[in-house]
Amino acid sequence: MTKTDFPPSIRSRPVYGELAYRPGSLHLMVADGEGANALVDLVARAGAEAPGLLARAHIIYMPGPNGTDLSAVVQALGAAQFHRSPSYASAELRLRKVLADARMGLQVYLAGTEGLIGQAQREAMAAGLPHDAVQTEHRGATVRRVQCVHCKGITENVRTDPFVCAHCGLTLFVRDHYSRRLAAFQGVNIDAEDPGKVPPLVERFT
Amino acid sequence: MGLTFNTETFRGDFTFHNSPAAIRRFPFPFDRDDYMYSVNMEPHVPGPKGTVFEHNFDVDEHYLSEMRDRALVLAEDPLRCQSLPHMTLAGWDLLELIMESKARDYPDLFELHKNGNRWHWINRPMQIDQSFTFLDETTLPYGPMEYITRQAQGDFTLQDQRDDNLWIEAGMVTTQADWSLDFDIGMGFHEWHAPVPKAHELGVFDRALKFLLKLQHGAPVRRFNWTMTVDPLLDTSPENYPVWGPTRAMITPGNVGSRMHLRVELQTLHRLPRSNAIAFPIRCYLIRFDELVTIPKWGRRLHRVIRDLPVELATYKGFERNRATMVDYLARFDDGAPTSPGWMPDPE
Ligand code: HEM
Repeated sequence: MTKTDFPPSIRSRPVYGELAYRPGSLHLMVADGEGANALVDLVARAGAEAPGLLARAHIIYMPGPNGTDLSAVVQALGAAQFHRSPSYASAELRLRKVLADARMGLQVYLAGTEGLIGQAQREAMAAGLPHDAVQTEHRGATVRRVQCVHCKGITENVRTDPFVCAHCGLTLFVRDHYSRRLAAFQGVNIDAEDPGKVPPLVERFT
Repeated sequence: MGLTFNTETFRGDFTFHNSPAAIRRFPFPFDRDDYMYSVNMEPHVPGPKGTVFEHNFDVDEHYLSEMRDRALVLAEDPLRCQSLPHMTLAGWDLLELIMESKARDYPDLFELHKNGNRWHWINRPMQIDQSFTFLDETTLPYGPMEYITRQAQGDFTLQDQRDDNLWIEAGMVTTQADWSLDFDIGMGFHEWHAPVPKAHELGVFDRALKFLLKLQHGAPVRRFNWTMTVDPLLDTSPENYPVWGPTRAMITPGNVGSRMHLRVELQTLHRLPRSNAIAFPIRCYLIRFDELVTIPKWGRRLHRVIRDLPVELATYKGFERNRATMVDYLARFDDGAPTSPGWMPDPE
């Protein structure tokens, strides 16, 4: 399976590329689920640079929201540092520390689902990393992280459109409007004008 | 100047109304019989006496009631006013711009006295008398942007300029046409405009941004935006959409004249001197359909604009479901006669 191709959308919706080796003093790779394969491909494409890349690589990997766990594959790459985390939340403090310690020449590679990429990218920006030092590649589940514009609660791994807000219980439709600061899409009450008229919850993100 | 302030509400019993004088000076945004997005910007220079363009910041009969409504919104939801840490200087720039403009343009209502950095501000209508030190936040009860925009009609956003883009990084937003500052804060020009239909493809945003990046201090520009709102509700926020959304389903031929409002935003753009940020005041004017049609030219023209508006725009603006009812009502005020160019009412 290769990178996900999303249909064209509005200008706030993130777009993702394909990870490519860039010379650097430290290579921080953060991935979840099928994102593991993007790291494998990155190393394969690095060719003769692969040993040097891995010798200066710090990989943080976690299972995807669909349960895909390729920890063994990622560990087998043989990076200087490998850490398996059970979830993004449990990896966040470690990620922050690595970013805070980073010197000139840090390269960041993010791969996997939008929730992981968006949140890790937000940390990288907060740490003051230049935009072009961060590469992203989408792999695996297309489930979304969505903020309810009404109660402000964030629902992770949204599969259907509309969906029920995990916090306030309103039924929300999922917009493509995306906030990098919140690392979330926007959810808006679907039956606000006609309370009770809720269409069926259709599986749209898998 | 004899300005009397209405006592009125923008919620609950909705007692908001326009005096005959306010109707005549309403900023009707259509200078022709059809409408499409364009880079509609012109210099924000003082306009004819009595118009909403006479002064840099228009103060009208709704001033005190709008400020009361803003205080209510902020008490409910403090996230409507936010400023990222590096935007404080731009907040001071904005405070200076508003205080100097109002003290100059409305000397009987506002006074500003400066002694070095020790400033003394008097806002007579709101009964505020404040001495403070310019650029020292500890001497004001709020941050500078929040302090002054609690005393100024309209929403305000502040855009930092870097990397050839504008970034919306502070704002006081309580009278918005269905967009969320809390969600959009931190976005770039094309990102926060992402939901707008057609305009991206027309190149409107590319050209507008290019123009704004070169905006000069002392040469502000202005433009109009408009939509439709059921009842004179200033706070049509996405946050409260479940509260006000049901009113869109209540429009009937019998009540469309008294409940549907044309909502016009007079937007101005000002380069700020210290921060190099751009201030974007978004001043909202509301007028009931049955007030608006008392100006024959406006009734005729609004009928044609609404009837012929592309469906994408009517859907985006949220009135497609009521369009037929609105058009039927307005048709009664359109005799088919030609309209004169420009937005001004015809002389009586
Ligand atoms: C730099 C300050 C500006 C800010 C902060 C701003 C902000 C916004 C926001 C938040 C929206 C609503 C988008 C949504 O649906 O979520 C909007 C709509 C829009 N903006 Fe701007 N804008 C700015 C300048 C401009 C300029 C200079 C133009 C000139 C062409 C423009 C044209 C538009 C248009 C055409 C819409 C759609 C409005 C409608 O149909 O109701 N904006 N703007």
